[in-house]
Amino acid sequence: MENIIEILKVFIVGGLICCVGQALIMYTNLTTARILVAFVVSGVLLTALGFYEPLIDFAGAGASVPLTGFGYSLAKGVEESVKELGWIGIFTGGIQNTAAGITVAIFFSLMHALIFKPKSK
Amino acid sequence: MKNFDLPSEKEYKLIVDKKTPGSKKIKGFLRAFWVGGVICLIGHFIGQFGEWIGCTQKTVSMFTASCLVYLGTLFTGIGIYDKIGKYAGAGSIVPITGFANSMCAPAMEFRREGMITGIGAKLFTIAGPVLTYGISASVLYGFIFWLKEYVL
Repeated sequence: MENIIEILKVFIVGGLICCVGQALIMYTNLTTARILVAFVVSGVLLTALGFYEPLIDFAGAGASVPLTGFGYSLAKGVEESVKELGWIGIFTGGIQNTAAGITVAIFFSLMHALIFKPKSK
Repeated sequence: MKNFDLPSEKEYKLIVDKKTPGSKKIKGFLRAFWVGGVICLIGHFIGQFGEWIGCTQKTVSMFTASCLVYLGTLFTGIGIYDKIGKYAGAGSIVPITGFANSMCAPAMEFRREGMITGIGAKLFTIAGPVLTYGISASVLYGFIFWLKEYVL
């Protein structure tokens, strides 16, 4: 039963965050790039204001998988690094936490761009 | 000859909005909702698998993000993600797989322009701004956090 509730939380919160994006697409003329930027930056902002951490605790992957969660990792990484290293952490923290995701994205995008041929339009 | 008042661009948009059936919008939201929700669920199960194979609390989120990003680039490569995107709209853009897609898709498309200016540069057409502003925001926050922690 607890598992089912957990899964429902993930599904509903994740879905709702995507609906915010859908609303942005439908009611404004934001392009994909702008939506992605807006989500990551608002993730950093919401974490800084202390609103996002409770959502992560509540919904887990439902809050960390959308790009606001990427912003959360950036902000969280900076917090931890500043605590650990002092001022240099301001510059090392963000990427440290997201390094795996970014590197995988770069490396496998390159590999897959070389392996696969784009479908004709 | 009668002089018709043509609606301005704004008025025209309002008219179009009024004529657009509401059900189409609801459908768009439902699709974004369930596809986005399912992608998050996949992330949830990847995370559980990660804990099962012995990831610590710190590495499990990295593991999840990496797997999802990998899947995002893979599905972009074999051409499935494009179809999901057409169906789900923001449901495919907002999760981190959409970030992976936004890197892989232009890289594939501009492959014929060469390794450097084609794949290498176009990888970052969308990811570039995302990383620029995301990291900049984190630096600003880091500075404020540092002030709060050590100076004040």
